Amino acid sequence: MLRDTTSKVVLFGGIAIILLGAIMPNWIVNQLMFGFSRALAILGLLVLWRTGLVSFGHAFYFGLGAYTVAIVDIQLGVTDVFVRLFGGAIIAGIAGFIIGFIMRNYRDIFFAMLNTAISMVLYGIIVKTESLGSTDGFAISLPTIFGIAPETKYPLFIIITMIAMISALLINFYLKTTVGRLTTPIRDNEIRVEYLGFSVAHAIHLKYTISAVLAGGAGALMAMSLGQVDPDSMINWTVSGELVFITILSGPGNVIAPFIGSLVFEVLRTYAFELAPQAWQLIVGATFLTVIFFLPGGIWSLIAKLGRKKS
Amino acid sequence: MTSAAPILQVRDLLKTFGAVVAAKDINIDVSKGEIVGIIGANGAGKTCFVNMVTGYLAPTAGSIVFEGTELVGKGPREVTHAGISRSFQVSQVFHSMTVEENLRIALAIAENRGVNALRLMESDALEAKCSDVLRRYKLEPHKHMTVSVLSQGIRKLLDIAMAVVSEPRILLLDEPTSGISVEEKFDFMDVVMGALKEDNVTVLFVEHDMEIVERYVSRVLAFYQGEIIADMAPDKALADNKVREFVIGKRH
Repeated sequence: MLRDTTSKVVLFGGIAIILLGAIMPNWIVNQLMFGFSRALAILGLLVLWRTGLVSFGHAFYFGLGAYTVAIVDIQLGVTDVFVRLFGGAIIAGIAGFIIGFIMRNYRDIFFAMLNTAISMVLYGIIVKTESLGSTDGFAISLPTIFGIAPETKYPLFIIITMIAMISALLINFYLKTTVGRLTTPIRDNEIRVEYLGFSVAHAIHLKYTISAVLAGGAGALMAMSLGQVDPDSMINWTVSGELVFITILSGPGNVIAPFIGSLVFEVLRTYAFELAPQAWQLIVGATFLTVIFFLPGGIWSLIAKLGRKKS
Repeated sequence: MTSAAPILQVRDLLKTFGAVVAAKDINIDVSKGEIVGIIGANGAGKTCFVNMVTGYLAPTAGSIVFEGTELVGKGPREVTHAGISRSFQVSQVFHSMTVEENLRIALAIAENRGVNALRLMESDALEAKCSDVLRRYKLEPHKHMTVSVLSQGIRKLLDIAMAVVSEPRILLLDEPTSGISVEEKFDFMDVVMGALKEDNVTVLFVEHDMEIVERYVSRVLAFYQGEIIADMAPDKALADNKVREFVIGKRH
């Protein structure tokens, strides 16, 4: 599982980032936490995108994960970081598994927009429900780790980085299994996949559920990193758009790509906002166009190209 | 024709699309090891028959029994699992992947069903099998090429090679030589039939080219307007008055 180059880069890169985090200024640690949290959702979208499926509604699962953290905190007083994280991922995974029975029958724009529709239903319910925080959302207490309340965010940063590493390694492994390899084949020719003896519906269902678990975990980690949840920053369709944006920015080439793409996006948005608070979207949009025109395979294609030149 | 017990029994098969009768009164027994040629003019019901046997189309009535198992009601995947594979008139392969990648995924699916699909795909055994298929189907020179840049003939070979990696007992080929030049058709069929003979597969193939039918099949089924009008040895079928009139297009 750890024999290939990607796994080694994930492992040693992750350890290096954890060690560097101890001496990094807080604002960088924060950016890394946000970037790595969001990257988990992108990892799931990468699995779908390789199969030719683009979801424009994964904020549904991202939001489910985030709101699970808020609800178990406020209603049950759960502060443990792992209970919150796995709670968010499992709830999103169950929802993804159930909704997957519908989604596996749709392709192209119908798949993309059906996900949007479902996410907007949840958005509408939360916005209109006082007990779910309505438009204001909830503030979340600081997470504890095995009963200990850390004084800084560094322990949470270590956990997020480790979860990111484990997720990347697991998805890297999954993409090398028979069902994991059924990405391009399904995109190219579903009839042939069926006649080879594999159910396309089952394969897509599994990919969809995996992407929901990852998005739920991402939302849970983001909620704990930010210390708050609200519908506009967790479930609105703009969040789904943001996730698709980062997926395209990252490129589908490698499981490391979502982490690089997410960090680039965090930096880009932060500096765009600082530079032009009223028109930061213009800078982000221009970057998006540049990537589509000059790097259709995303940032990863540039890294892969440079790697090939070097070797 | 062999005298062994039939492995495929088709009884009173009927397929209608509204008022259009695409196939009716189809009754066939196919024995192990037979090479059956299915001939007929366009719209005669040949591909409709292949589609019904392979689970792509559900018959309106009738039964298709393969090795004692009823296939009516089963989809393509279940039919493949039962032991019947097919190739297509327009080759159905993964066009953005290389020939080798196409075969690898086909082999991996054949070998890793159910929870085994979560095992790593690549293995030495899979590579060895892939090399063997590439060699037998003369695909080695093209193995690193993306399918979309390959000729129709190579795509057809790949399509057939992918269909047989699951080790089916019956293989249905839908117009294997369509789109292949006159000069290449015999070489192509020699490669295919040679490899299939090694695998001891029972073959049913739809064909328009009577030279191919004469040379490679042991039995002919002639279709006309959804019905079988002849079921006999190729020399007799090609001399049969009804076949000559309705299939070949020559008056006796």
